[in-house]
Amino acid sequence: MPDVEEAVAAAFREEWGQVVATLIRVTGDWDLAEECAQDAFAQALDRWRRDGVPRRPGAWLTTTARHRALDVLRREAVGAAKLREAAVLARDEGPYDPEYDGDDSGVQDDRLRLIFTCCHPALPIEARVALTLRTLAGLTTPEIARAFLIPEATMAQRLVRAKKKIRNAGIPYRVPPAHLLPERTTGVLGVVYLLFNEGYAATSGADLVRTNLCAEAIRLARVLARLMPDEPETLGLLALLLLHDARRRTRVDAAGELVTLEDQDRSAWDRAEIDEGTELLETALRRGRPGAYQIQAAIAACHTTAVTAEGTDWADIAALYGELARFVPSAVVRLNRAVAVGMSEGSDAGLALVAELEHEGDLAGYHLLPATRADLLRRSGRTKEAAAAYEQALELVENDAERRFLEKRLAECRSA
Amino acid sequence: MKYALLFCSPVGDEEHSPAEHAEDPRFAAYFAEVRAGRVTGGVRLRPSTDATTVRVSGDEVLLSDGPFAETKEYLAGIAFIDVADLDEAIALAARHPAASGGGSVEVRPVWE
Repeated sequence: MPDVEEAVAAAFREEWGQVVATLIRVTGDWDLAEECAQDAFAQALDRWRRDGVPRRPGAWLTTTARHRALDVLRREAVGAAKLREAAVLARDEGPYDPEYDGDDSGVQDDRLRLIFTCCHPALPIEARVALTLRTLAGLTTPEIARAFLIPEATMAQRLVRAKKKIRNAGIPYRVPPAHLLPERTTGVLGVVYLLFNEGYAATSGADLVRTNLCAEAIRLARVLARLMPDEPETLGLLALLLLHDARRRTRVDAAGELVTLEDQDRSAWDRAEIDEGTELLETALRRGRPGAYQIQAAIAACHTTAVTAEGTDWADIAALYGELARFVPSAVVRLNRAVAVGMSEGSDAGLALVAELEHEGDLAGYHLLPATRADLLRRSGRTKEAAAAYEQALELVENDAERRFLEKRLAECRSA
Repeated sequence: MKYALLFCSPVGDEEHSPAEHAEDPRFAAYFAEVRAGRVTGGVRLRPSTDATTVRVSGDEVLLSDGPFAETKEYLAGIAFIDVADLDEAIALAARHPAASGGGSVEVRPVWE
């Protein structure tokens, strides 16, 4: 019965985080919660085949996992207080009722609790990312290890350490109180964005497991947008990810070579993602509380809604980067603004901004600084100076696909 | 939850006695507003220049002058706190003048 397998797979994608989140609240034990959630999904395969797919798979899975937890705790005869709590909660909810269609708001809070706990700033950033993928998205440890190109044992240890720190350092399992919420929300969004970028940076077919991270990040961003609808930055982040993802498949050609934005096949961009992203962005901006993700999404929208590369509104983009620099005072943002200014006002204006950045030295060693100068010089026909700048960039670049791209540009400049 | 707050100061900063701290309005504010009822004990330590590091190798006791690690900070004090969770401990630590005065405060859970 492939239908049941599909139903379980769909429930896994939709409900895993929810089931684990509730079980963590009930048992206070992260490992037990994962174990019982796994067990519930395994049982679902058999039971749904026999009894049919329940009307509310999430509630069925949570109840089943909770009963399992109760069994384990009873058998181990440890944690008497935990057992009482789990028993009370099980009783309060009563037996599983397939017709029940009531309020889930309390349970929804569990998933938010889990997100905020996984992304607690007291945990190392790599641990936050790994924990989010494991407990919330349901990726296995080997999958996460492969996605981050590290040995499985290292990833397993990272997860164990993170859970240990949560327990021993007293990281609270909750949605932060109002005074902490803004900064913690920024932290959560940052983890999801980092996750997406890990996948987005992957270019070759061998990196397929990494591109899966993009899909996971979008899924998490959707959950956040649903759970925190009043926070425009959650909508902004989802919009940004969709608008980036729409172009993902055109960023490299069949041979695995990088394709620049202006040379990408615009007809191959994902229309549905662009439309959804643009709409989300408009909804977010109407709230009148702009933020870094909304502005970046607006920049991405400028690119994805331009019918041709020549039709790109670079003046708008330059202004948006100026705005972004107020929220994210980073030299990289200013470098991007230099590109936009160079495109809208002419290479010399852009080169002047690049020279400022070179003088300040914050980006020393960053290959995109000479690469940007090279590109602006190339566009204004100063191929000899451009070639020298490409050579500098090549000394600094680490990514192979980018190296090949810069080498191609260098060869073009030399033969011009 | 019980935590220990380790107050750190940059090496070379002026050193103040507990009595001088008591007269410092920043510390006075911290003691009055933040510490009341939650700090269960603590001491002020002398600076690293007064420290002696003790090492034991086998059954041999080795002494050296100063701290073991050469850093820009030294351990200047310690406090034991009793709060609900790590967030509250962090908030408390962040209120200590050392956290914003070029030093840092390490929050270390107490093993119970």
